[in-house]
Amino acid sequence: MNALSRFIASDFTYKFVRSPVAMIASLVVFILVGGAIFAPLFTSQNPFDPASLNLMNGFSHPMEPNQFTGESFIFGTDDQGRDVYATILYGMRISLFVGFSAVMFAMVLGVTLGLIAGYTGGRTDTIIMRIADIQLTFPAILVALLIFGIAKGITPPGRRDEVAIWVLIIAIGLSEWVNFARVVRGATMVEKSKEYVDAARLIGRSPFTIMLRHILPNTLSPVLVIATISLALAIIAEATLSFLGVGAPPTQPSLGTLIRIGQGFLFSGEWWILFFPATALLALALSVNLLGDWLRDALNPKLK
Amino acid sequence: MLAFTIRRVSQSLVVLLIVGLVAFSLFRFVGDPVENLLGQERTVADIERVRTQLGLDQSFPVQYLNFLKGVVTEGNFGVSYRQGRPVADIIAERAPATLELAFVSALFAIVLGIGFGVYTAINRDGWISNVIMTSSLVGVSLPTFLIGILLIYLFAVELGWLPSFGRGETVMIGGWSTGFLTTSGLKALILPAITLGLYQMTLIMRLVRSEMLEVLRSDYIKFARARGLSQKAVHYRHALKNTLVPVITITGLQLGAIIAFAIITETVFQWPGVGLLFINAIQFVDIPVMATYLMLISVLFVSINLIVDLLYYMIDPRLKADGGAAGH
Amino acid sequence: MKSRSMIVSVAAAALLATTTLATAETLNWARAGDSLTLDPHSQNEGPTHALAQQIYEPLISPDMEAKPIPSLATSWGVSADNPNVWVFKLREGVKFHDGADMTAEDVVFSFNRAKHESSDMKELLVTIKEVRADGDYTVEIETDGPNPILPNNLTNLFIMDKGWAEANDVVVPAEFDDGEETFAVRNANGTGPFVLESREPDTKTVLKRNDNYWGIGQFPMEVTQINYTPIQNAATRVAALLSGEVDLIQDVPVQDLSRVANADGLKVENAAQNRTIFFGINSADDDLTNDNVEGKNPFKDLKVRQAMSLALDRDAIKQVVMRGQSAPTGVIIPPFVNGWTEALDAYPKADVAKAQALMAEAGYGDGFEITLHCPNDRYVNDEAICQAMVGMMAKIGIDVNLVAQTKANHFPLISGKTTDFYLLGWGVPTFDSEYVFNFLVHSTTDDRGSWNGTRFSNGDVDAMIQSLGSDTNIANRDATIGKIWKVVQDEQLYLPIHNQVLNWGMKDGITFPVQPEDQPHFKFMTFGK
Repeated sequence: MNALSRFIASDFTYKFVRSPVAMIASLVVFILVGGAIFAPLFTSQNPFDPASLNLMNGFSHPMEPNQFTGESFIFGTDDQGRDVYATILYGMRISLFVGFSAVMFAMVLGVTLGLIAGYTGGRTDTIIMRIADIQLTFPAILVALLIFGIAKGITPPGRRDEVAIWVLIIAIGLSEWVNFARVVRGATMVEKSKEYVDAARLIGRSPFTIMLRHILPNTLSPVLVIATISLALAIIAEATLSFLGVGAPPTQPSLGTLIRIGQGFLFSGEWWILFFPATALLALALSVNLLGDWLRDALNPKLK
Repeated sequence: MLAFTIRRVSQSLVVLLIVGLVAFSLFRFVGDPVENLLGQERTVADIERVRTQLGLDQSFPVQYLNFLKGVVTEGNFGVSYRQGRPVADIIAERAPATLELAFVSALFAIVLGIGFGVYTAINRDGWISNVIMTSSLVGVSLPTFLIGILLIYLFAVELGWLPSFGRGETVMIGGWSTGFLTTSGLKALILPAITLGLYQMTLIMRLVRSEMLEVLRSDYIKFARARGLSQKAVHYRHALKNTLVPVITITGLQLGAIIAFAIITETVFQWPGVGLLFINAIQFVDIPVMATYLMLISVLFVSINLIVDLLYYMIDPRLKADGGAAGH
Repeated sequence: MKSRSMIVSVAAAALLATTTLATAETLNWARAGDSLTLDPHSQNEGPTHALAQQIYEPLISPDMEAKPIPSLATSWGVSADNPNVWVFKLREGVKFHDGADMTAEDVVFSFNRAKHESSDMKELLVTIKEVRADGDYTVEIETDGPNPILPNNLTNLFIMDKGWAEANDVVVPAEFDDGEETFAVRNANGTGPFVLESREPDTKTVLKRNDNYWGIGQFPMEVTQINYTPIQNAATRVAALLSGEVDLIQDVPVQDLSRVANADGLKVENAAQNRTIFFGINSADDDLTNDNVEGKNPFKDLKVRQAMSLALDRDAIKQVVMRGQSAPTGVIIPPFVNGWTEALDAYPKADVAKAQALMAEAGYGDGFEITLHCPNDRYVNDEAICQAMVGMMAKIGIDVNLVAQTKANHFPLISGKTTDFYLLGWGVPTFDSEYVFNFLVHSTTDDRGSWNGTRFSNGDVDAMIQSLGSDTNIANRDATIGKIWKVVQDEQLYLPIHNQVLNWGMKDGITFPVQPEDQPHFKFMTFGK
């Protein structure tokens, strides 16, 4: 309670309440994430269950009864008779899962390596940062294509669909850890030379404790900012990869896969198959980006 | 300096060799090239014969060594399975398209990025700044392929102003085919360059803006103002100049990303560059083309990295003291 | 009467010829993929032959209805002296683009080139023992035994100039280990209606009308220049047609047909294609690797296969996935093919209840799990068809795990016999059932059954298939074909889905029917003014 009231009274909260952009963006993210997590509560169809689909429902216009089955769908249906609205919510689950997991993976990897590099310095630092440089120059899509190739080779053919998601997470995560590592390394080098760290060292705290208890908390605000922006990047990266065929399987589509399928119907008049998933992706990524922007400004003491 | 350079170049070579080895170990998972090379009437004997001819019956380290041997001893990157032509010729033919596209995209990103960045920094809370900031975020909140398709739909199909595919008319100048000298060639560049450069434009704009904001707040600028220099002089001669070093660094590092993302832009716009070549090679399991593309891209990335490092080394005297640990 | 109409048509053709020479019509043509090579014997593949047909010519050419018409040969028939010999009379006065005369020597050379080990056309010529010239304008082809359908195999067998090939060191098609580009890959010298002007592979190929073509006056020949561009991305290809940048596209996505047809100044032409799409199932092995049933093969039970066929709603696939652009069928050959009957073509109406009952009878009332392999870049909406199949199988308890991948990954699974349930499409270039039996029904041996992923193997059926090759008694041969089809159908060896329909989108002013082999022959194209 004490912590909560301190948070409510904080400078941070004050800035948040004063920023309509931040509030609207948070609201949008809240609604979309909530809708995705509790998708079964808000939908009558599970589009990932093939037995529940009726092909004859395919290409229903939004809010118009289907010419064969008479069923009506708020956002229409796609080429497989899937309810576009339900598919967006379920697809967003995949996109968010991939995004969050990739960012978590990148964050854990990047923060750990950044702390080690910054704290130990010397040869370890050189090696870690050399790897980071190489990683930075290799774009995410090439990394993903390579990892996808490896995964395909080491998994049995029947199980490839299940690993596809994990491949995406690892590929996107690997291409994002460098930003975390650089920031944490920089902050660690600054903190390391401060007196309180010297003091902690003198009273015999282990390097591990010092890194975790003293240095890490001081690097959290830039890490949070990078994590937010990386989340938006990861969700877009997943969509881009699905265009190259390295994405979620068509029977369990992510938002990106839905957009890839939908772009084929842009000229044919079935605009809703592209429009609604694209709008959902745009709303999600844009809100997360705006929040990241706002966080950067709010947490940057220099910009007060 | 020399020792540092030699060490870095040799590190880069090791990276290249590893990339090549990884690439070759992956090729067999892309599919079976033989199946594509022979028609549906092929017999089992045909498959075996072609497999032997292509050396596919050997293990991947042996295939890799043979490829390297060809490259090192005679500069031969092999013959494309798909086109039956030397890979070196094909890449030389396709590279101008990608390089011109990357150049125009980078130019677009730098010019607009710096322009918008400076404007939004100076007019920090103006409504135009807010519109620019937000709409630039819209551009990076949609996947590239969708932006490309939407641009085609709007400017080619609905308005009919710009072509939807290809490079238009090109002119050959000493083995380099350029689209810069014809109207149709220039028009064909617009949509793909915007699609490809949008992300980098946003990145540069945001970088310029935040660097400008910090510099404008520094004592150095306060001093310049106090000296009575005009607003313009302060903004452009002093503040902008100080933001350019990080911008140049980031742009350099992004060059690799532009060329890699060209894979998607080229596919959408049927742009006859190396990115489209690579995608076709994956579909056809054209191993020599895939290998050469990945090696060239690695060479490019590693050289960019090397150049950036060497520049830092020359600029930052501290690095000389601690023996070249890259501390940027 | 007959002679009069001849005169009229010759006069009309002459009139056409004079008017066309006055107009200059450039055609911008796009399709999904480029020709792989200009060497006419290196690749036996659709887009490669389609381009080659403009530049090179075979002895017998398919017309726009895929019917064989005289081309470099004016007449042909089995020799009166020897039933194993076909005699072809060549057209006189035909010149290659470089001016050389086309003679029997060139034909013999081209056949031998196409029979060379590195040729991709050699499988079509396996029965040929010898090709010899008899004078300048007669060629005799001797086969192992009587071969009644030999001319069917020759419609994509292009004739090259012997002198040109020798001068440019391309007497045999390129080997994969040559290590360099051969001259014929990007250069061509044929007798055809169009001359190669320039070629940038994957980018642009320009052809100019051959003003010395032997067929001027016989064919419209209104196109004076062809600019051919591959456009891979379907949406971009349609956009290029809608914006007027190209005049004709092949491979129009089915969902865009109505948009193209309704657009000002554009129209869609279609025709039934010579290709059937179907599922293959491993019905012979004792156990499957891609299912969850231990020690048994559920597909081995005929009832399961029949249940799957009943659950497969072919009409729904036509209606929704194919937008009406397919002809559902119960047999794996299209109607053009000798051996096809309406009875074979009939397919069961989808009946889930009956299918479920069959599954229960077979002891699989609770269903089972299986992996379906599918290409995603080969046939019209291939991936979407498989997705729909997943839903349909779910309704009878079969839990399908879909693996959709590129054709380079997919086809090796079938020929390597590592998939138990897969999608495949098959065209019949010879227009005869024997071709289908050889590849899809005969048990797998060195030279037959290479695409038989069902593992079906029956000695009697194999013997019947082998007898087709040399049976000159047409009635008897047709009866055997009927017997083999009966086995295939009774066993429910395959699950046929539909025959594909080809769609070409083009400008209104163009008169150009769709060719069932997807091969445009631009010498037939006319422009209505």
